[in-house]
Amino acid sequence: MSLGFALALIGAALATALAGSGSAWGVGVAGQAAAGVVSEDPGQFAKVLILQLLPGTQGIYGLLVTFIALSKIGLLSGSPATSMDLGTGLAVFAACLPIAIVGLISAYHQGRTSVASIGLVAKNPDQFGKAMLFPAMVETYAILSLLVSILAISNISL
Amino acid sequence: MSNSDYIFAVARIRAREKWLLSDADVRQMTAMKSEGEVLTFLADKGWGTSDAAQDADSMLEAEEKKNHRILRELKVPKAVHDVLSLPQYYHNLKAGIKEICTSEDFEGVFYDLEDFSKKDVVKILQEKTFYRLPEHMQSTAKEAYEIMLQTMDGQRCDIIVDRGCLEAMISAGRASGDAMLKSYAESNAVTTDIKIAARAARTGKSVHFLKEALAPCAGLDVKALGDAAARSEEGLLSYLEGHGFREGAEALKQSPSAFEKWCDNRLMANLKLQKRGTDSAGPVAAYYLARQNEIKMARIILTAKANGFTEEDIRERVRDMYV
Repeated sequence: MSLGFALALIGAALATALAGSGSAWGVGVAGQAAAGVVSEDPGQFAKVLILQLLPGTQGIYGLLVTFIALSKIGLLSGSPATSMDLGTGLAVFAACLPIAIVGLISAYHQGRTSVASIGLVAKNPDQFGKAMLFPAMVETYAILSLLVSILAISNISL
Repeated sequence: MSNSDYIFAVARIRAREKWLLSDADVRQMTAMKSEGEVLTFLADKGWGTSDAAQDADSMLEAEEKKNHRILRELKVPKAVHDVLSLPQYYHNLKAGIKEICTSEDFEGVFYDLEDFSKKDVVKILQEKTFYRLPEHMQSTAKEAYEIMLQTMDGQRCDIIVDRGCLEAMISAGRASGDAMLKSYAESNAVTTDIKIAARAARTGKSVHFLKEALAPCAGLDVKALGDAAARSEEGLLSYLEGHGFREGAEALKQSPSAFEKWCDNRLMANLKLQKRGTDSAGPVAAYYLARQNEIKMARIILTAKANGFTEEDIRERVRDMYV
C-alpha cells in the first residue's frame, strides 16, 4: 500500500471521526437540556427533540464525504487504488479536511446554540420558529464545507 | 460539578420560570379586594397543595417546601446549596439558642430542615457538643450561646448569629467557584450591613455594637460605615451618598419600608443578569432566590390584605420580580 493511499484513507476516516465527534457532543448537550425541559413540561417534547437533532447533521455530512472518498479510492468497488501516488493521496486527504474540521467546530457551537434555543422554547413555547433559526444559522457553514469537500473530491482525477 | 453538568438543571429551571409571578401578576394581586381573592388567584397559579381550602400560612409553607425540594432534586454542590440555604440553618441555630436559654417553646419558628431540624439543634445545644455543628457554625454558635446564657440579651445573640451567617455565606460563595454566587453573597452582606447600620443609627446604637454586628465584605468599609452610623442618621446618609449608595440614602430618607424595598431590589437586579445563562450554577441559584422573593411578596400582600392595608400602602412595599 502506497503512502498516498494511506493518506487518502486517513482523510476519509477523519471526515467521519471529527464531524461525528462534534455531532455527538452537540446532540449530547442539547439532549441534556431537552430532558430538563421535558421533565417539567412534557408537552414540549416534539419541539425540543427537533432542536436536539440539529447538531447531528455534521456527523451525517462527514459520513457522506467519507463514502465519496472511499468510493473515489476504489475501496467500495472492491478495487482499491493501493498504488495511488503521494500527490493524489494528499489531495484526497486535503479535500476531506473542510468537513472534518468545520463539522467538528460547527457541531460544537450548534450544540451550544441549541441548548440556548431549548431554554428559549422552555420559557416561550410560541417562539419555536425563531428558536429554530439560531442553531440553523450555524448549519450554513457545515453545508458550505460539505460542498467544498464533495466538489474537491469529485474533481480529483486518479 | 462542571458547567456542562448544569445544562439539565438550567433547562429545567427555564421551563419553570414561565410559572413565576410577574410584575403584572403582583399589580393584579395588589388591586384585589380581599385576602381570599389573592389566595384564589395563587391557587389558580398552582400554589399550595391540592387541599380545597387553604389558609395563607399553609399555602406559603407548601411553596417554600416545593422550592427546597427543587434545589435538592437538582443536586447542586454543597457550596452552592450553602449560599442559598445557610440563612435557614443559622435561623434554626438562633431559635435553638433562644429556646434553650429562655426555656420557652419556639415551636413553629424553626425551618423544617432534613439535616438540621429543631430536634437536632436543640440536642446539640443541650449537650453543648458544638463540634457536631457544621465547621463554619461552631465558633459562632458557642459565642452566641454563651452570651445569651450570661446576658439574656437576645438582640446581641441575633447579631452574632447573623454576622456568622453572612461570613459563612461569603466563604461558601467563594468556594462555589461561581461568579454569580460569589457576587450574590457579597452583595447580600453589603445590603444587610447597610440595613443593620440604618437600624442602629435610628435606635442610637454604639460603635461597639456596630463593630460586633457588621460583617466584613468586599465593596464596603464596615468600619467607616459603623462610625458613620454611630454618629447619627445624617452621618450614615452622608456616608451612603458619598460611597455609591445614593439611591439607598434617598430610600432611607423616604421611609424604612422604601429602604427595605431598595435593598431587595438591589439584590434582584443582580439576579436578573442570570436570565441568559445556560450552563452554570447562577441561573439555578437565581431561580431559587426569585421563588423566595415571590413567596415573600405574596406574604406581604396577603398580610396587608388581611390587615386592611390600602392599595397604596402595599404598592410602597412591592418589590421587583425576576420575570
